[in-house]
Amino acid sequence: MDDLRNLDRDRFLDLHRQMLRIRALEETALRGLKDGLVLGAIHPSIGQEAIAAGVAGQLRRDDILLSTHRGHGHTLAKGADPEAMMRELFGRQGGNCGGKGGSMHIADFSVGMLGANGVVGANIIIATGAAHAISLHGDDRVVACFFGDGATNRGPFLEGLNWAAVFNLPVLFICEDNGFAATTRTEDLTAGPGPAARAEAFGIAAETIDGNDITAVVEAADRLVTQVRRDRRPAFLLAKTYRLTGHTGADPASYRAAEEVERAWSNDPIARSAALLTAAGVTTQTLTDMSADIAQEMEGVFQAARAAPRPEVGDALTDVLDARQSGMEVA
Amino acid sequence: MADMTYAAAGAAALAEMMEADPTVWALGEDLGRGGVFGQYAGLPERFGPQRIVSTPISEAAIMGVGVGAAVTGTRPVVEMRFADFALCATDELINQAAKARYMFGGQTRVPLTVRMPVGMWRSSAAQHSQSLEALYTHIPGLVVMMPATPADNYAMLKAAILSDDPVVYLEHKNLWPMPGAVDLAAAPCRIGTANLARQGADLTIVTWSATLHDVLAAAERAPADVEVIDLRTLWPWDRATVFDSVRKTGRLLIAHEAVVVGGFGAEIAASVGEALHSDLRAPVRRIGAPKLPIGYAPTLENQIKLGPERIDAAIARMLARGRASETCGCPRSQFGRE
Ligand SMILES: Cc1ncc(C[n+]2csc(CCOP(=O)(O)OP(=O)(O)O)c2C)c(N)n1
Ligand SMILES: [Mg+2]
Repeated sequence: MDDLRNLDRDRFLDLHRQMLRIRALEETALRGLKDGLVLGAIHPSIGQEAIAAGVAGQLRRDDILLSTHRGHGHTLAKGADPEAMMRELFGRQGGNCGGKGGSMHIADFSVGMLGANGVVGANIIIATGAAHAISLHGDDRVVACFFGDGATNRGPFLEGLNWAAVFNLPVLFICEDNGFAATTRTEDLTAGPGPAARAEAFGIAAETIDGNDITAVVEAADRLVTQVRRDRRPAFLLAKTYRLTGHTGADPASYRAAEEVERAWSNDPIARSAALLTAAGVTTQTLTDMSADIAQEMEGVFQAARAAPRPEVGDALTDVLDARQSGMEVA
Repeated sequence: MADMTYAAAGAAALAEMMEADPTVWALGEDLGRGGVFGQYAGLPERFGPQRIVSTPISEAAIMGVGVGAAVTGTRPVVEMRFADFALCATDELINQAAKARYMFGGQTRVPLTVRMPVGMWRSSAAQHSQSLEALYTHIPGLVVMMPATPADNYAMLKAAILSDDPVVYLEHKNLWPMPGAVDLAAAPCRIGTANLARQGADLTIVTWSATLHDVLAAAERAPADVEVIDLRTLWPWDRATVFDSVRKTGRLLIAHEAVVVGGFGAEIAASVGEALHSDLRAPVRRIGAPKLPIGYAPTLENQIKLGPERIDAAIARMLARGRASETCGCPRSQFGRE
């Protein structure tokens, strides 16, 4: 039990499974990209799965989550259906957004996942607004808002944190610090001691954790979500991690040394989680079986998404207010 | 019927909606003191600081919070203070509010009302005077409304708040003190319906917002029978009313305070040109501001303003064209035989 750092074994196995599912979903998406099935850019979160699984795992289904361009993990962990996600990535009917959004706008409102975002940092104030609405409704939901280290240099970061603090809103800000903003090392262009200090400047309690340690993520997220729910005040979690892939699925990331990436792989959150489970007596067979089940699940997801039809042409004109005056000749 | 100002009519509409629906709330800078123009007067006392929310000077957040709250079961009314400052929240309005319904495949609606005071008023110069409605008509997903009278500010603001799609609601600063009769029993106006403000047979003038009043005055002076349409909603706009009128008069002038180049008048002119070419007795014309920043001193600001002389001159020019002899030979009015 000690080896699992106070997590009960079944719960730890569930978290491990969730990380594996995120990894497998994204590897499946990368396969789809290679095959020309994923149409636009995708931003894999490979190497960052512990944060998505660990934080989203502490949320209730009716809690709200807002994500970023790197949002597949958050979406899946909040409870979205992987096949609907893959259909969305492939631009097919039955996608979460009916093929209208793609990877960067993936959302599943039915599980409180109010959207990835194509605009870095934009989700911070939208999440703050969701929390403001919750505070008007007077219920006990919380909002989890994910963003990257690069987003902390955008104005909405300042505006959103100040707002959440001033209005005592129930939002947990989670900064996934993977060291990079696209092809730039964030530290090269970021002044001061970093995101946690910026949050503290607004009077928001901030914690910094090893985001590749699932036990650390769960411990902090559990405590902070409980605290935000109880105190109706924002909190800030800075999770240090590393982006094991390029910025997008097509980016070879040649701007960083191979040794650096190799070193980072030795800190892979999934390998670390597996090692802890093994040390606690979970058999290799159990873990292998788990991976095999997930691989099978994702193979099914891939095939189903590939076979799904494209949206109807007429769908281009729905879900918008003014199709009849759209400037197209519409019957 | 009540007599009230344009500003008070807006406040009455908002109060009525807030009374009827506890999820309606308003947020913006200095709202707790009734708003910078007093257009929220009385509401802070009546609804308290939780629902009439004074915010930090964070325009992006005011709009972004509005979006987040709109997709989380409330109907926010967002106050931008001056339309010019809404430009600090362009991403939140154009990339987020306007897109969410579509890009999420209809999973959500964004019932957001964005109030933006527009227009030249008290020498406010280049950054506090603009009429930027055309920007928003260009964006798929946004409703654009511009009330011109107290009665319409009442009925249209109610409609905006009831809209499940985001509404850019542009109120003219010069109209705040304008008095008028307001029917407090009036139903919300139907979005996309113009108002036939004056009937006439010789010339159609389409206009909106404060310019309506200048145009109506010019129509009274005009040596002909001028029809005036207050467009009220710019998107979706009331093509049927405009087209019917142009079919009748054969002449169309569009008058707005905003810059003519790329203004919404261009869209109306093009649409009429495309659809009604053979009904036209004269070329369609637009009048508005030259493409200049708005100057501070009256001598400069007046170069930008439409003013009665320019409107009169445009009417005269329109009426000089398309006389009976130039067209079908069947004069439609007395003026046709000039
Ligand atoms: C406002 C805005 N500027 C630039 C971009 C292009 N862009 C997409 S992701 C990205 C890097 C973001 O870095 P970070 O916030 O650290 O997130 P990460 O990609 O590392 O997850 C950039 C610059 C964008 N999408 N939006
Ligand atoms: Mg980053």
